[in-house]
Amino acid sequence: MQIYDVVIIGAGPAGLAAAIQCRENNLDVVVLDEFPRAGGRLLGQLHQEPNGQWWNGIEESKALLERAESLETDIQLGVSVHHIEKLDDQFVIHTKKKYFHTRNVLIATGAAESPAPIPGWTLPGVMSIGAAQVMTNVHRVKVGEKGIIVGVNVLSAAIARELQLAGIELHSMALPTRNVVVDEQSDPRLVMDRLSRIAHLAPSKFIQLGSKFAKYKFVQSLALKYYPTNGIKMWGMPIYLNKAIKQINGTDKVESVTMVDVTINGDIVENSEKEIPVDFVCIAGGLYPLAELAAVVGCPFIYSEELGGHIPIHNETMETPVKGIYVAGNITGIESSKVAREQGKVAGLAIAHKELNSIDIEEKLQAAVRNVVATRDAASIQFHPGISEGRKKVSTAFQETMKTQKELELVR
Amino acid sequence: MTNRIVDHPVLGKLEERQKVQFEFDGKTYEGYENDTIASALLAHGIRTLRKHEESGNPRGIYCNIGHCFECRVTVNGETNVRACLTPIKANMIVESGQVQPHPLNPSQEGDIPKTYAEYLEQEGRG
Ligand SMILES: Cc1cc2nc3c(=O)[nH]c(=O)nc-3n(C[C@H](O)[C@H](O)[C@H](O)COP(=O)(O)OP(=O)(O)OC[C@H]3O[C@@H](n4cnc5c(N)ncnc54)[C@H](O)[C@@H]3O)c2cc1C
Ligand code: FES
Repeated sequence: MQIYDVVIIGAGPAGLAAAIQCRENNLDVVVLDEFPRAGGRLLGQLHQEPNGQWWNGIEESKALLERAESLETDIQLGVSVHHIEKLDDQFVIHTKKKYFHTRNVLIATGAAESPAPIPGWTLPGVMSIGAAQVMTNVHRVKVGEKGIIVGVNVLSAAIARELQLAGIELHSMALPTRNVVVDEQSDPRLVMDRLSRIAHLAPSKFIQLGSKFAKYKFVQSLALKYYPTNGIKMWGMPIYLNKAIKQINGTDKVESVTMVDVTINGDIVENSEKEIPVDFVCIAGGLYPLAELAAVVGCPFIYSEELGGHIPIHNETMETPVKGIYVAGNITGIESSKVAREQGKVAGLAIAHKELNSIDIEEKLQAAVRNVVATRDAASIQFHPGISEGRKKVSTAFQETMKTQKELELVR
Repeated sequence: MTNRIVDHPVLGKLEERQKVQFEFDGKTYEGYENDTIASALLAHGIRTLRKHEESGNPRGIYCNIGHCFECRVTVNGETNVRACLTPIKANMIVESGQVQPHPLNPSQEGDIPKTYAEYLEQEGRG
């Protein structure tokens, strides 16, 4: 039976960058991913950087994959991992087809989209905003002729632009009407506040939208009160914080949506219903870390709103308190793929350091840790304000967990 | 196929790819190498991949990346395969999910066992 040095779950920017470091140090590595192509969510990304250059996820993924392949990395696609079992001196990775035995595991499973259900959302033609991104940029198939985006945030703004680039017509972006699940996404003040807080980060076209809101920073309520009836336009498409989608209509597929006016508190204005014909609807509820596998293997968690949800506790070299289990990328908090890639590098070096214990690797590891921080500071996309505070919380939690672990060992 | 994004201002022209034929609910469709079942069908304007097991309501993709399991279909006899993660292969047989008999509704109970004893009996272990 083969025992790997490390099994990496997820071939996104974090997993691939880690695999490259491990292979450069000649470790026995296998990378597993359930998607048929390597690259993770990086594949679908396409935005213009502040310097005007395009961030082309297909090309970036290809570069990572080519480097990994040149180091003869074993990458197995179409393989879903559904369990990690902890034995005394190793882990067993359960997949549908077979088991993998390994001394170390890197969980780099990325993020998932929070659902934002509104009536009619199960109709064919309704999809998450990320689904539309992948269909458009990765598969190059049109999601429809004319659609509407429900949910206004940094990701949906970016992807709206991508759909337009691909020649797909969008009616507008609007909020969902309030219900128990979509409370936050339906609150015009909160949405406006989040958008304006990211605006300063990127004086780029990409966040033109945000900077438009930023003008109103001191007077956000006023801005909402006098929000233009025709919306604020981004690349010709209106963004409404004063209109919301109440319901999606159709018998066998999407035929229209019902739009209503909402007050600055998100309350529906009576008799304001309008039916808008569309053949697809994208729902944008935001991202959260996809961390179930860390939970089943026993990693302790901490909740951080800044990082997008429940985070497996880890330190700056990406170790969790469960010895041999590492995490990197969006599972540790929602950030851009550049940050995920640098975190992957750190995790790969940390595992190599654990296995080989060399001063040379240790130096590289320290440099890589510094690089994560530098990349974060320079990021043109931030999903949540306050990422650094969130990161501090997590590392404090790691120190406390380790202290408790030690104390428990002493008692025993 | 009109639903393909052939020319893209940043990503460039769609490259020539190998054509692949597969079957969905008894009809033959053509897609391209690297298409998933979901993308190949959507390129033909097909959005409905299954009916809800109980209500019969039509369902299609939601997340397109394997997280929600809304796109489950039967592939070469294997049930609950995610159409958004599964690449099409030549001569693959894909079937949409259908309404299932309801164990608690006498008019549609079919042969689903209602008790553990019935289950054992059906398994030939009664
Ligand atoms: C739908 C979506 C769209 C996004 N769009 C953008 C964007 O436009 N711009 C941006 O900056 N950021 C975007 N992000 C954020 C994105 O998560 C990061 O930019 C970056 O891709 C994170 O890298 P990662 O390596 O941590 O994870 P990912 O890139 O998500 O890679 C994780 C990989 O793990 C695999 N995986 C997960 N669970 C399992 C399992 N159980 N078994 C096997 N394989 C598994 C997945 O298939 C995936 O390939 C998006 C995220 C999502 C979910
Ligand atoms: S569409 Fe969500 S799993 Fe396939």
